[in-house]
Amino acid sequence: MRQITLSQAVNEALAEEMRRDERVFIIGEDVAEAGTPFKVLSGLVEEFGTARVVDTPIAEPGFMGLAVGAAMTGTRPVVDLMFGDFIYLIMDQLCNQAAKTHYMSGGKLNVPLVLRTNLGATRRSAAQHSQSLHALVAHIPGLKVAMPSSAYEAKGLMKTAIRDDNPVVIFEDKLMYNDKAPVPEEEFLIPFGAANIKREGRDITLIGTSSMVQVCEAAADLLAQEGISAEVIDPRTIVPLDEATLLASARKTSRVIVVDEGHQSYGVTGEIASRINEQAFYHLDAPVLRMGAMDVPVPFSPALEDITVPTPEGVAAQARKLMAGEMIHAAE
Amino acid sequence: MTKKTNTEDYLRMYRQMVRIRTFEDNANKLYLSAKMPGLTHMYSGEEAVAVGICEALKVTDKITSTHRGHGHCVAKGAAFREMFCELLGKEEGYCRGKGGSMHIADQSNGNLGANAIVGGSMGIATGAAFTARLLGKEDVTVCFFGDGATAQGLMYEVMNMAALWHLPVIYACENNGYSEYTRTEEIAAGSICARAEAFGIEAHQVDGQDVLAVNALTRTLVERARKGEGPFFLELMTYRYHGHHVGDINREYYRSKDEEKDWKDNRDPIIRFRSWLVEEGIAGEDEIEAMNEEIKADATAAVEYALAARYPDVSEVDMHVYTDVTHALARSPA
Ligand SMILES: Cc1ncc(C[n+]2csc(CCOP(=O)(O)OP(=O)(O)O)c2C)c(N)n1
Ligand SMILES: [Mg+2]
Repeated sequence: MRQITLSQAVNEALAEEMRRDERVFIIGEDVAEAGTPFKVLSGLVEEFGTARVVDTPIAEPGFMGLAVGAAMTGTRPVVDLMFGDFIYLIMDQLCNQAAKTHYMSGGKLNVPLVLRTNLGATRRSAAQHSQSLHALVAHIPGLKVAMPSSAYEAKGLMKTAIRDDNPVVIFEDKLMYNDKAPVPEEEFLIPFGAANIKREGRDITLIGTSSMVQVCEAAADLLAQEGISAEVIDPRTIVPLDEATLLASARKTSRVIVVDEGHQSYGVTGEIASRINEQAFYHLDAPVLRMGAMDVPVPFSPALEDITVPTPEGVAAQARKLMAGEMIHAAE
Repeated sequence: MTKKTNTEDYLRMYRQMVRIRTFEDNANKLYLSAKMPGLTHMYSGEEAVAVGICEALKVTDKITSTHRGHGHCVAKGAAFREMFCELLGKEEGYCRGKGGSMHIADQSNGNLGANAIVGGSMGIATGAAFTARLLGKEDVTVCFFGDGATAQGLMYEVMNMAALWHLPVIYACENNGYSEYTRTEEIAAGSICARAEAFGIEAHQVDGQDVLAVNALTRTLVERARKGEGPFFLELMTYRYHGHHVGDINREYYRSKDEEKDWKDNRDPIIRFRSWLVEEGIAGEDEIEAMNEEIKADATAAVEYALAARYPDVSEVDMHVYTDVTHALARSPA
């Protein structure tokens, strides 16, 4: 199969959906000629024109709110938020307006929009350009949240998001834009709420989101050398969450680590861990472990930044402890 | 103001502009030789704005800075060594390596921080002016931001309050013609100054390549702001010589080489001021060259120092999260 970058995959998904449905348009900062600072949207304005690939002033709450209204009245906006960190600026429009309109109208109004943004540290961009804030929006009922882990997911989830009648937030890992993966030429969609078992294993389950899937896979490689067989699961969307697949794996292996790049406290790892605890408790041989980003603002200095995110070595080390039963005693 | 009595001021303004340009030249080299982590936004070309304004301020006056903040930092009195250390993420940097280029600031000289959120410091600057009034201090705050930041709603919320309460703040819009890869005309409707005027704020458009014009105007406004006549708004017409950031090399699709050349050849703030200094007999060519060389040597030494300096110890990673907790992640003993 051909290999394309995550950036190309997103670009293709948008182009295909824009050809298919003329109500789809893109709006955000430097999305047209510049094709975004990450060049993800290059070429789209040439095909679809400036009426459908719309450059805005640096006014995030403004264009987000505008998109909500446009979505309510018959279009399907794809809002481009240059950095996930800017989500704080648009919180009211996203969480008070987009997320609640369908509910507050008793099901009479819809907000079919996609917010595309990114996450991921270690780009040496300091505390205001490196955050992974997907847990913030996953907390809000009414929003769906997708976290592609490769070019393949980026394309299939984007297409599904655009066709979804709800507000969907997609977080791409900005360090993965140039990473290639096999992506079929022919059209495909990836349904929401269907986790992907990346690798089957017997001894321990590693659940990872976004680029943490790769971290889990690398950890599984390390563990395999020691005869530990790790199962790696990518939930693909955290809202909706495919509990059934996660629980089945937990019941099978009896040990689970959840790895995510959001801050560890009050985050996605805690949510998934407690769902497993609640529903697979009697099958577990060890506490479900969480591994998130360190609970500190992301530091600029490479010497500090690199230790704030989960690594394959770190995940493997925790897995070994679980296998050895150490965590059971630690909990006493 | 006679020229003779102001000789020292003029030479300091020249020196500060050259220090900014020299700092940026070195930062660019560090990026190109892959010695600097991440990206940086160069201030080169805009020196007269930061220097003209900051030379009208006291050490105790405050500024807020932007992602393009090296110039503000130097102009408000920062030293090369701590700046290069910060740029390289070293322990001796002004922010102990935690901030880097986009958050570089010498706090002891009244710099309240460089902000990587466009427009993100407008509230902070207005709040600093509020403090001055509440505590009866005479401090004035200058809020630096770009033309692109005028699209942020926050600006209009705080300008309204500043005007209602006559706060001693000067909003300084550095209009360099672009926000990222987009021309200002495409993102700003109507007139920028008129927006401030709509709140009853006195606004001035000034040639940001003319350090004397910037400085003279700012001096008057600062004095008036101290007396409770603020706030004020400045639109400084200027130009950035480099791309939006150091990685923005192929930029002809949004900005022509001819345009860049025209600004560099005909409106450079340093060249213009230098010829004025010579024409007016304030400094000789030799004296100026010696100053340039001395600044270059200073920068080279600071870069070498910073390259060899230590990174912060990993134990610093969870320090400074809270004021009253040394290590935020230290677990209380079981
Ligand atoms: C709230 C927010 N939106 C977008 C960005 C991305 N961004 C960084 S600099 C910039 C352009 C800023 O233009 P301007 O205010 O004119 O400042 P200049 O870079 O020209 O000095 C943009 C869009 C950001 N950092 N913060
Ligand atoms: Mg600008």
